[in-house]
Amino acid sequence: MTLFLVRRLLQMVPVLFFVSLIIFVLINLVPGDAARLFLGEEAPPDALAALRHEMGLDRPLYTQYLRWVGNLLRGDFGHSFKDNRQVLPTLLQKVPITAELSAAALLIGWSIALPAGVLAAWRRRTAVDYSASAAALTGLSIPNFWLGIMLIYLFAVNLRWLPASGFVPITQDLGRNLRSLIMPAFVLGLVLAAVVMRQLRSSMLDVLSADYVRTANAKGLGERVVLIRHALRNAVIPVITVMGIQLGTLLGGAVITETIFALPGLGRLAVESIYGRDYQMLEGVVLFSAFSILLINLMVDIIYSLLDPRIKLAGGRA
Amino acid sequence: MTLAVEALPGLRPRTAERRGLQHLARRFARNRLALVGFVVFVLIVLTALLAPWVAPASPIKTDFTAYLQPPGPRHLLGTDELGRDVFSRIIFGARASLEAGIISVGLGIAAGLPLGLAAGFYRGRLDDVLMRLTDAMLSFPQLILALAVAAVLGPGLGKAMIAIAVVLMPVFMRLMRAQVLTEREREYVDAARAMGAADRRIIWRHVLPNSLAPIVVQGSLNVAGAIITEATLSFLGLGTQPPTPSWGSMLNAAQQYLTQAPYLSFWPGVAIAITVFAVNVAGDGLREIWDPRTR
Repeated sequence: MTLFLVRRLLQMVPVLFFVSLIIFVLINLVPGDAARLFLGEEAPPDALAALRHEMGLDRPLYTQYLRWVGNLLRGDFGHSFKDNRQVLPTLLQKVPITAELSAAALLIGWSIALPAGVLAAWRRRTAVDYSASAAALTGLSIPNFWLGIMLIYLFAVNLRWLPASGFVPITQDLGRNLRSLIMPAFVLGLVLAAVVMRQLRSSMLDVLSADYVRTANAKGLGERVVLIRHALRNAVIPVITVMGIQLGTLLGGAVITETIFALPGLGRLAVESIYGRDYQMLEGVVLFSAFSILLINLMVDIIYSLLDPRIKLAGGRA
Repeated sequence: MTLAVEALPGLRPRTAERRGLQHLARRFARNRLALVGFVVFVLIVLTALLAPWVAPASPIKTDFTAYLQPPGPRHLLGTDELGRDVFSRIIFGARASLEAGIISVGLGIAAGLPLGLAAGFYRGRLDDVLMRLTDAMLSFPQLILALAVAAVLGPGLGKAMIAIAVVLMPVFMRLMRAQVLTEREREYVDAARAMGAADRRIIWRHVLPNSLAPIVVQGSLNVAGAIITEATLSFLGLGTQPPTPSWGSMLNAAQQYLTQAPYLSFWPGVAIAITVFAVNVAGDGLREIWDPRTR
């Protein structure tokens, strides 16, 4: 177990290095350097030069990179180009909103995908399977920003049941908080449901043809018991291990849903910093989302190594 | 004797490939839904290509005497805030979506395939480095990475395509590497090597042709995703720029008129959904005939 942990952590080092390198390259591709973005187009040349020196932009690239990574490790993500806010605290302030939205979307997505995926695999090549699979494909084909707009039109503009946009924090008013979240969470959850349902269906199909399922059936166990206790329990493992992909879907989707429904989360921060050419803030969001995905993947792996003896025996999966 | 030695390694994979393609075409045609998806996709491509002849009006000509007109006999799907014919804009908008879908996937394959091939064929340090690089690229949420690259490159359809290609590259790199790893252990590669074939010949004549199938399947499915990503980038103002019509930017502009002219927000989304659905269904059909588990 310790060996597995150590190996898993060591594996993360080169990945983190490349993540930082990709972002560093991206920042340096921005036309004009940080000093100019910070001071604006009409800044006097000597002020520019002074700030460049202060920010270390006149040093060689590798020194700049090391300095930047050093700052990151100390939790210093820099300051916003626009209003000089510290990047990391601003990000952390937005996290609860995106986290709540994602959690609600996960709940909605899985409660659709779980029964749909199991039913589709169990009743393979029947009308149930075809309609569930077609529904999932439709979910994948509808752009989520369009779905959001349609929901706003139906429930906010036409029926006036829900607010079109805006956000009420959970600490202020739970009821209004949920009302402001239900549409965006549904939009986000539907994409996730489609992704998870398709994965679960194919993984259920694998498991249902396994020997132990046949044995369980032969023992005369009830169909439902075999399906849930034997098949689903194993089929759900590969679907959960790709949690990182699901989180990526959620964070990417949050950019769109938060923009459309005006939720002040991480995704909207990303879009706002693009519009405001606030590349420092954008960099922070991108870094933060990559780190969260790596961290979730790590946690999923560790939890599974604790739960699933096969992983421990194999000494960890690559 | 020399003749036989020359002919053997070259012939085998090529005939295998041809037989495989015919077989696949037959299986594909039997999957009715996939066939329908494919036909719909071809129709959309034709519409895009023939847009100037198909569209009833100019997609960019403004008419301030007829702005925000609801759908009717003169304008099938109404007019937008500048009096442009929505139906014509949707027809022309297919161009941006299809270009983005096909070209960005092509670019992603063009960048990812050689790298994946090199990683899988030569293994070693190169493989390690490239794989950690793909790990890193895949740990970004796809849309956020595409958004960041597009933001850095600046607005425009071409730049949006590059941004999408950057996101897709590691996917193809991974896939190609996995294919090559299995192909290079095959007996015919051993045979070719024993007969003195050079690496380049083994790669071009044997490993590459036999590894392409999953790339094609994955690529077709990624076209669907790329179309949605382009629409999303354009919706956020980073993709296709006005006045060129694209479904994403039409939806962006329509948002302001949601109460007055909801039809403006409806049809571009339907166009995206139909196109992406068609590509997804066709791609799924391809994957099913390819995936031995579903046979």
